[in-house]
Amino acid sequence: MLFKRHKSVIYDLVLERAFLVVAFASVMVLFLIMLFLFKEGIPVFETVTVDDFLLGTEWYPTSEPARFGAFPLIIASLFVTMIACVVAIPLSLSIAIYLSELAQPVLREIIKPTIEIIASIPSVVIGFFGMVVVAPFLQDQFNLDTGLNAFNASIMLAFMAIPTIASISEDAISSVPMELKEASYALGANKWQTIFHITLPASLSGIWTAIILGISRVIGETMVVLMVAGGATTLPTSIFDPVRPLTANIAAEMAEAPYQSDHYHALFAIGIILFVITFIFNILADYLSNKYKFKEN
Amino acid sequence: MKNQAALIEKTIFVILRLLSFSVIGFLLLILGYIFYKGASAISWDFLTQMPSNEMRSGGIFPAIVGTFYLMLGSAAISIPIGIITAIYLNEYANNPGVVKIIRLGINNLAGVPSVVFGLFGLSLFVVFMDFGSSIIAGSLTLGVLNLPVIIRSTEEALMTVPGTFREASLSLGATRWQTIYKIVLPSSLPGILTGIMLSLGRAAGETAPIMFTVATYYTPGLPSSIFHEVMALPYHIYVLATAGTHIQETRHIQYGTVIVLIMLVLLLNLTGVILRYRFRKRLSS
Repeated sequence: MLFKRHKSVIYDLVLERAFLVVAFASVMVLFLIMLFLFKEGIPVFETVTVDDFLLGTEWYPTSEPARFGAFPLIIASLFVTMIACVVAIPLSLSIAIYLSELAQPVLREIIKPTIEIIASIPSVVIGFFGMVVVAPFLQDQFNLDTGLNAFNASIMLAFMAIPTIASISEDAISSVPMELKEASYALGANKWQTIFHITLPASLSGIWTAIILGISRVIGETMVVLMVAGGATTLPTSIFDPVRPLTANIAAEMAEAPYQSDHYHALFAIGIILFVITFIFNILADYLSNKYKFKEN
Repeated sequence: MKNQAALIEKTIFVILRLLSFSVIGFLLLILGYIFYKGASAISWDFLTQMPSNEMRSGGIFPAIVGTFYLMLGSAAISIPIGIITAIYLNEYANNPGVVKIIRLGINNLAGVPSVVFGLFGLSLFVVFMDFGSSIIAGSLTLGVLNLPVIIRSTEEALMTVPGTFREASLSLGATRWQTIYKIVLPSSLPGILTGIMLSLGRAAGETAPIMFTVATYYTPGLPSSIFHEVMALPYHIYVLATAGTHIQETRHIQYGTVIVLIMLVLLLNLTGVILRYRFRKRLSS
């Protein structure tokens, strides 16, 4: 009896160590991603300076000599992300406020899972819809050369960002203590005044976290911008210009870039830019969500 | 003054409702339009036949099989590692520093863009480990991509098991592992299944990570080894819709493939969401 018990205790301790090792898999994968991105991306800076890579305006990877100026791609990413935010943030916050403060319980039980469904739709499906339905529509309505442009991509991206921003904001808004709202009602404020002056300011850090994670998702989204943004590597002058964001550029050119060529390394270097941007955004979101949070009792 | 405030409130609430419903409306528009245009493409032959006539006719059987293999392969990686990580974090870990590092890793892994996972899979699994463009390389890439999904939902499930359950078991002389295996895991199983369903849905729908690691435009037969390339549903949609000379002629096949992919992903996600919903309800009652 004593021996048996002893054995199971040792077994437990061994498992604890083994599980700790396995639990480090995520950290190790993250480390390997960095390692391989830098290993394959850094060599491009033997042929182009960091300044020319980041600020050069000409991306002609197959011309002679090749030119690797990623500036139009970076601008394209920021451009579609910005428009997507302008569309997605008001819609997401409306949903968050509606769900947490206004909706009847029955409707909430239906709408919440429906919003989750949006998050699960594969991006290639959204891209397909943007290509075959929204693009011809935009082309007709606005008399454009092509409906595949920054605006179309931004609308599709906004739609994809809504579940992220809405659900995290809703958590933040719901977590505002009832006492705060009751104090506001007691002073004669109506529901909207309470939401606007009390509830929203109190949940602002959670809302910021939601927006940052939403932006991070939009910047990293690939299939939608690959299929819908139009693919031009020039600087956009209007929201109806075709553009090619960073992610789309990697996906579009990787298949034709010879292994270990400058082009191959340049695409990995773009991967480094993406990784660094999203890494910063995630750290920021992490920091914000931990820093200001109503303590659950 | 009071009336004015009430009017403002009423107006704003109407706007909030309209904006919220417009998003739902857009979702229904997308799904409705695709089903309206594509339902006629779906048939038993479409699901079970090989493509023929340079993809212009025939079915999408190899793409369905390929996606199925990738779901299984990625699950074989992400489920064991993900569940064990969650168990460690929630049941064993007692060093806050270690936990903080692991959580930082998981959160940042969740934020890595899918195309960067593609680059990672290409450089590590395809080239460095020399698997070539293959089921194994694609499964590993999708597997690590899905780690955060499994870890988070498993952790959420483990956290809902009341501490008193564990204390009762431990006080009877059970070890931590016996407590986890006999008490904690059985009570959190529906929540863990939710995570598995969500991750399977994601593995089926992701395109960018499989573009450089496994997916191919066309295979004459079905794969016979894990070192073969496969066709996959999302990649099939992308290729038919953007490349080649028959974009218009294959439109009905594109719609059909989109419907198959949506049905597959929605079915997995709905199962997951319903499981979680009932699990939460049971706990709160």
